[in-house]
Amino acid sequence: MELKKLFLKANNELEYGEVKVKSRRVVCKKCQKQIPVYKIRKNDFVCPECGHYFPVRARRRILMLTDKRSFIEHDRDLESINILRFPDYDEKLSLAKEKSRENEGVICGVATIGGYRTCIFAMDANFMMGSMGAIVGEKITRLFEYATSMSLPVIGVTVSGGARMQEGMISLMQMSKVSAAVKRHSNNGNLYIVLLTNPTTGGVDASFAMLGDITLAEPGARVGFAGPRVIEKSLNQELPKDFQKAERVLECGFVDLIVPRNRQKEALTAILRLHS
Amino acid sequence: MEDYEIVLGARKDNRLTAIDYISSIVQNFIEFHGDRYYGDDKAVIAGIGQIGNIPVTAIGIEKGKNTEDRIAHNFGSAHPEGYRKALRLMKQAEKFHRPVICFVDTAGAFCGIDAEERGQGRAIAENLYEMSDLKTPILSIVIGEGGSGGALALCHSDRIWMMEDAYFSVVSPESCANILWKSTDKADEAAKALGLTADRLYKLGLIDKVYKKGRLKELKKDIEAEIEVLLSMTSDQLIDGRYRRFRKVGY
Repeated sequence: MELKKLFLKANNELEYGEVKVKSRRVVCKKCQKQIPVYKIRKNDFVCPECGHYFPVRARRRILMLTDKRSFIEHDRDLESINILRFPDYDEKLSLAKEKSRENEGVICGVATIGGYRTCIFAMDANFMMGSMGAIVGEKITRLFEYATSMSLPVIGVTVSGGARMQEGMISLMQMSKVSAAVKRHSNNGNLYIVLLTNPTTGGVDASFAMLGDITLAEPGARVGFAGPRVIEKSLNQELPKDFQKAERVLECGFVDLIVPRNRQKEALTAILRLHS
Repeated sequence: MEDYEIVLGARKDNRLTAIDYISSIVQNFIEFHGDRYYGDDKAVIAGIGQIGNIPVTAIGIEKGKNTEDRIAHNFGSAHPEGYRKALRLMKQAEKFHRPVICFVDTAGAFCGIDAEERGQGRAIAENLYEMSDLKTPILSIVIGEGGSGGALALCHSDRIWMMEDAYFSVVSPESCANILWKSTDKADEAAKALGLTADRLYKLGLIDKVYKKGRLKELKKDIEAEIEVLLSMTSDQLIDGRYRRFRKVGY
């Protein structure tokens, strides 16, 4: 088991849900073309052929957005426990840990971006679809409290299926907990920037993902409260093609700016500069 | 009673709804309408009145009494404008330092194209955000269904009480069973695992009090006593207490 773990195939962001790793090439889900991994890597994990956005895991995301070697992680060791003794949750947790190689679905810490000191958190879709349980809520709350005490901005990269049902009401109430911490951070005059990535839904959309002073989104990202299949089923009609897509959400008035991946660091730097 | 039976019971037609609670607890109730941005959502009823000698703002999610009524109230599933109406009246209550009483009974926030495009997520988020800092007492009572985010949006309160035959859950047991075991037949198992009954939630320390059903007089007396306690606190004490209440959840 341990040996197997050591030789675990590069469990990289390209593998998650979207594409199969075929040696050094991957198949893009959208254009179905085989593309060498290095080319995708070099292109910020955007398909060079068709512009499809591959999912990016949290640690990579932070690397892409922050200055080299500036990131210091907080609360890395916090791990979830099965408070409600929910069936199969323990197995799911250990599987998620193996798959994501993280202890929980969010990574928090301090870094500099374009030289400006800031707190940052990034959620990880490889960990139970970025769902928010007690520890995800706790880590983000602690980050906001730290940022409040140090008068630092917070940058949040969201990707989540919503509250984690295996923790029942405890996970639902994380929405309240984090929102209250965001409010305190805001009351002290600090900046909070959200970067919405695909998908940001459910309880995360209905709390801290929608509470930024400035809300950025990645092109094509799904952003919404209820899942599209649920809506389709309950309405019995097909949904418009751009429904809950970042571009449409911007038209509806809930996003400030859509920023392509290769411009995100630049955009964050520009905003931080205007608030320094 | 089995957990799932409680869920099914909370959805029954012959139950007391928010209007019943408001009319027997809040005297001289005057209902107000509209969110001042888009429209008036009848799934949420809100207004002012008094309990004993104390003026209060009362907000309830109403399911309706008969078929026609239920359609008018959209079966107790609010659109964003419903939550915004609730927030508008809470802000008004803050201005006049009136306590806010919320009666929660919803299967969940409405999911539909227009609800999404008018910002269901943002509306719920904003309620949590603003309620965490509202400088007046808030007391929420889950009287039937406490369906996920749509119910939570009226529960960022100093006290959360529940009726013994109500439930409060992150997800409906049916969809939970469907996601985990690909079958809604196991909803009873899911209900048990989710720990969604008033009893379980009280033991977990997530709610403050459980009420026997039907005893509205006792409930009224307790509400009056509780808001007097809450009114005697300074707003800093209130907000600190509210922050700590949710801060300790789960860790």
